[in-house]
Amino acid sequence: MKRNSRSTVTLAHDPLVRGLGWASLALGVPQVVSPYGFTRALGTAPALRNRWTGAAIGVRELTAAAGLLGRPHPAWLWTRVGGDAMDLALLARALMNRDGRGSARTMAATAATSAIAAADVYAAVTRTFRSSPLELTSTVTVGKSPDEAYEFWQRLDRLPEFMTHLDEVRATGPGTSHWTATAPFGRTVEWDAETTEDVPGQRIAWRSLKGADIDNSGEVRFLPAPGGRGTEVHVRLRYDLPAGALGKAAARWFGEEPHQQLDDDLRRLKQVMETGEVIRSEGAPGGKRARSEFPQHPARPLSEEELKEALS
Amino acid sequence: MKATCWTGRNSVEVQEVPDPSILNSRDAVVKVTSTAICGSDLHLLDGYVPTMQNGDIMGHEFMGEVVEVGPGVDPARIRVGDRVVVPFPIACGACSACQAELYSCCENTNPNAGIAEKLFGHPTAGIYGYSHLTGGFAGGQAEYARVVLADVNALRVGSGFTDEQVLFLSDILPTGYMGAEMCDIQDGDVVAVWGAGPVGQFAMDSARVLGAEKVIAIDKEDYRLQMAAAQGYETIDFRNTDVRSALLEMTGGRGPDKCIDAVGLEATHGAGHIDLYDRAKQAVRSETDRPHALRQAITSCRSGGIVSVIGVYGGMIDKFPAGAWMNRSLTLRTGQCHVQRYMKPLLRLIERGAIDPTRVITHRLPLTEAPRGYELFKHKRDNCEKVVLTP
Repeated sequence: MKRNSRSTVTLAHDPLVRGLGWASLALGVPQVVSPYGFTRALGTAPALRNRWTGAAIGVRELTAAAGLLGRPHPAWLWTRVGGDAMDLALLARALMNRDGRGSARTMAATAATSAIAAADVYAAVTRTFRSSPLELTSTVTVGKSPDEAYEFWQRLDRLPEFMTHLDEVRATGPGTSHWTATAPFGRTVEWDAETTEDVPGQRIAWRSLKGADIDNSGEVRFLPAPGGRGTEVHVRLRYDLPAGALGKAAARWFGEEPHQQLDDDLRRLKQVMETGEVIRSEGAPGGKRARSEFPQHPARPLSEEELKEALS
Repeated sequence: MKATCWTGRNSVEVQEVPDPSILNSRDAVVKVTSTAICGSDLHLLDGYVPTMQNGDIMGHEFMGEVVEVGPGVDPARIRVGDRVVVPFPIACGACSACQAELYSCCENTNPNAGIAEKLFGHPTAGIYGYSHLTGGFAGGQAEYARVVLADVNALRVGSGFTDEQVLFLSDILPTGYMGAEMCDIQDGDVVAVWGAGPVGQFAMDSARVLGAEKVIAIDKEDYRLQMAAAQGYETIDFRNTDVRSALLEMTGGRGPDKCIDAVGLEATHGAGHIDLYDRAKQAVRSETDRPHALRQAITSCRSGGIVSVIGVYGGMIDKFPAGAWMNRSLTLRTGQCHVQRYMKPLLRLIERGAIDPTRVITHRLPLTEAPRGYELFKHKRDNCEKVVLTP
């Protein structure tokens, strides 16, 4: 899998990130140039301590601005979130220790800072855990010719026989299909897909059409294995997972390891192509659901109800 | 039906379980007529093989009569009414391993291959009644058993043989034979066999059939050594003899040409402190296997010789004598037996009378007394060498 790269290039063109950068600059300059004027405007007591505090906050804002506009990285957004927390704490203290003057202005400042804080938290969370592509690759050698392997894959409708998460792939027209799959946490997702490339005996590629629950694409290549050992089937799948990194981490926590899953899928592809079906044991009677069956059924025959469920 | 089930470490019970049914179209169901307890079943009993579950049916040595076949079974190969012996590794017959006759390394028959791969680097074949690591297949110490991909995994035998003559074609006879075959025995070879259990006995018989000049049995049980001596093999009792010195003495200082480890991961050692060392490491899981026999075979073998390993290992060992192995040009050959490769040729040897598999049987018990069979075999009580169970 390729690491999800949050390149500086993407964040540099992100309007929200740039906007927050300019806001930092706009707030930071007056605080540094005229800390006294700025604290007065907030209605906080114009004590020397506050003045220096104001200047320090100004320097912090300018640093964040330089970071966000110069070398954007989600860390700068989290710096802003931290700064907001600090500012809100200072304002809260000012509201409590006040002598009555300028309280309306402090209240207004608190409201404004809260709004900015909300924008910062939103930006930091979404830019850190952004939708990221999950790319999976796996390969298996099957004892069939590239043409036979190609033929097996060509209509894509036999994929659910061996791929755990696929419930159905139905051809809907020449080069189009409708897919139903089980997503992490038991959700069902559907999409229409089109075949984007179809080179007999060599390669098939497809991608989901607009409106898919999860944007995804896939590719399978068939290479003759050396020494007449059949065909190397190379599969590459790409999913644009919502809240990518977070979703991946959460799925793993619940025991769904996508790379392992694809490896197991291709092992079952080999079983189907070489023996005719997915091999079932008493411990893993569900065939392609073997991995999700842990702890497994004991290695003993199934009762009639268990059998019905396993073979369904 | 009744079946022998693993119910925890050091505990097996005969329980009432559902009858087996066809799960794959090429399956068959056999009514078991004879089944046996294998030395490797003791590794499961003793809790050294991970992924056993409460209620798993034990047993990978069984034979019987076919009572049901799935719709995909080739009738030219297997039909209802056939009398069959079932090899313990489940093979598909189609993958590149099976094509190369490496049936126990079949790439298709282990539904839990993803787990096996974590432990072994690459997965191995499914095995009946041998933990979930090898697929979670129900075993054959039962009244009935499912045979997976029956057209590849059942040998038809005629009525001219008794059950006891052919039952061990399922595992221990081919395993012993493969141990000797891997030794590439030449004229004049001296072959030493660690372990005089049933597999060791068959390795000795096979070594002789394959032309060994002299066969030496190494064990600590008098009755097992006597059983070997009765066949004309020389013996070493490692409780009161230094094995390496004795082997040098018996081979004019050369060391045995070929060495077979028919012991595996639960070896005991003549020297108490070494035994204690490995038991302690095993207890705290800093090694999983106690490799005394393997170490001794490597250091005893003559330079340029072959060490053939058929005793079962499961995980990691330490103090592996890599220096002796490498510097003295030793060849190490191993494998779970590729039983399907040997069944027919060995059936012919039995027919000819060159090997008599029944000679190792010391106990015949009804299936319901399986737990007692395990006790006798494990603790080597009542001179127990091999237990055959009849449902």
